[in-house]
Amino acid sequence: MSNLLSLYVDRSRLEIRALVRDKRSITFSMFLPIFLLLIFGSVFGHQEIGQSGVKFSQYFVAGMLASGLLYSAFQQLAIMIPEERSNGTLKRLVGSPMPKSVYFVGKFACSLFIYVFQAIFLLGIGHLAFGITMPRSASLWFVFVWVSFLGLVVSTLLGVAFSTLAKDGRAASALATPVVLFFQFTSGVYLIYTQLPRWMQTIAALFPLKWMAQAMRGVFLPTAFAANEAGGSYEFTKAAAVLGIWTVIGAVLCAFTFRWLPKDAD
Amino acid sequence: MENAVTVSGLTRRYGDFCAVDGLDLVVQQGECLAVLGPNGAGKTTTIEILEGYRHRDAGDVRVLGVDPATADRHWRARLGIVLQSASDFGDLSVRESIDHFARFYPHPRATAEVLEITGLSEKSDARNSSLSGGQRRRLDVALGIVGRPELLFLDEPTTGFDPEARQVFWHLIDRLKSEGTTIVLTTHYLEEADALADRVVVVARGRKVADTTPALLGRRTSEDVRVSWWESEQRHDAITSTPTAFIATLSQRLGGEIPQLEVARPTLEQAYLELLEEGEK
Repeated sequence: MSNLLSLYVDRSRLEIRALVRDKRSITFSMFLPIFLLLIFGSVFGHQEIGQSGVKFSQYFVAGMLASGLLYSAFQQLAIMIPEERSNGTLKRLVGSPMPKSVYFVGKFACSLFIYVFQAIFLLGIGHLAFGITMPRSASLWFVFVWVSFLGLVVSTLLGVAFSTLAKDGRAASALATPVVLFFQFTSGVYLIYTQLPRWMQTIAALFPLKWMAQAMRGVFLPTAFAANEAGGSYEFTKAAAVLGIWTVIGAVLCAFTFRWLPKDAD
Repeated sequence: MENAVTVSGLTRRYGDFCAVDGLDLVVQQGECLAVLGPNGAGKTTTIEILEGYRHRDAGDVRVLGVDPATADRHWRARLGIVLQSASDFGDLSVRESIDHFARFYPHPRATAEVLEITGLSEKSDARNSSLSGGQRRRLDVALGIVGRPELLFLDEPTTGFDPEARQVFWHLIDRLKSEGTTIVLTTHYLEEADALADRVVVVARGRKVADTTPALLGRRTSEDVRVSWWESEQRHDAITSTPTAFIATLSQRLGGEIPQLEVARPTLEQAYLELLEEGEK
């Protein structure tokens, strides 16, 4: 039997190949945040947030990168996996001698591919069209990398866990999309987090997106802007801790709820 | 030689409904067994228990010497599974799909060989979603045999096929048989069991009502013959095990020639339907 690593590579390449041939995935998972940046950036991009000297487009691109972590993994998997469960993909795979981890590694690789694509275009177009500035130091780039990686792991695990709720792709779309929108509105992506009602902030602070967005702002916004954050700082350590806790929660949920076969098919 | 499949007292309930009711089954190595029965007879439940997909409520099951409920990857590598219907991997090509699944097996067939056996060579670069029903089914078989299975399960492989596509498919199964693959197939087509199987197990309501060869299935009621004729402006039928004597007597009574005389042995179809009726009782 080929060794596990080469199966991971093979499966990942296959997943990415299938992804780029699927127009719906390309539109909704790969290009959506880029469209959103173009629209929001064009309408509100030049407005300054308070007297901070920070333009909304800079604030928004940080939020879109955090959202991208949800789009590329959570939303993509919460919709794709029920579809693959209902069309027989999962049944065929679990009936073959494929080691089960191969499937999940393939999904993670696919999400990573989408996210890297989004990040490059968000930053590239953001820089060219709206003058978005890049992280000021190597250490901030490092923060960007670990927030992205940890965020993607959490988002993947929660997407896999969420996939159990829907019976097929269409039902999944109706379930997952409102969840993503809810957290985008309450976690400081479309709206300034500190301007939201207290209760909304409290709820959002229990979930990962708020922390991903705040850490991304820490990477892309000036150090001085930290004073405008809810906690008076970008709270990188706390963000890492929250994402770490959600990694554990996500892994436990997956381990106990993931199904290869449709409900009642065993 | 050890049997490929041994099943005894297999039982599976869905709520109050007993889908499989104390079924016994043996499949010898190298044999092609058809599990024949109407829709809802418990064929798919049975085969999916053998494949390790479904759990059972009672009974003993050994597939290639292993209980499917506790089977591992190494057991799966010896098995080929063609599920009832599938529309997965639509965005990949035929060749990509076969290449991919080949990676999971220790001694896979070459992709070119699989394409040739299944008659998909010309379609190797076509997207799976563009295949016709028959081609898609042959791809399912391709993915089922790429690992050189000792035992191949085919669940209603030709449902919805036109007669020509069915012929092509039957040739494919014949070829796999001749290579020594043990095959278990479910079908509700009698001709299919007749054309492919060495042995037929007829199931109705989750119970086995016959376990025989296709030839014997047809001759099961061969002692009884139906004689029909025209008399007093009415059609008459009689079932008899001594047709010659019966007709001689009838001829005497009617004064020579018997109007519209017909003598018919029950067809395979009638034998099968009789079995199912008995099974319903």
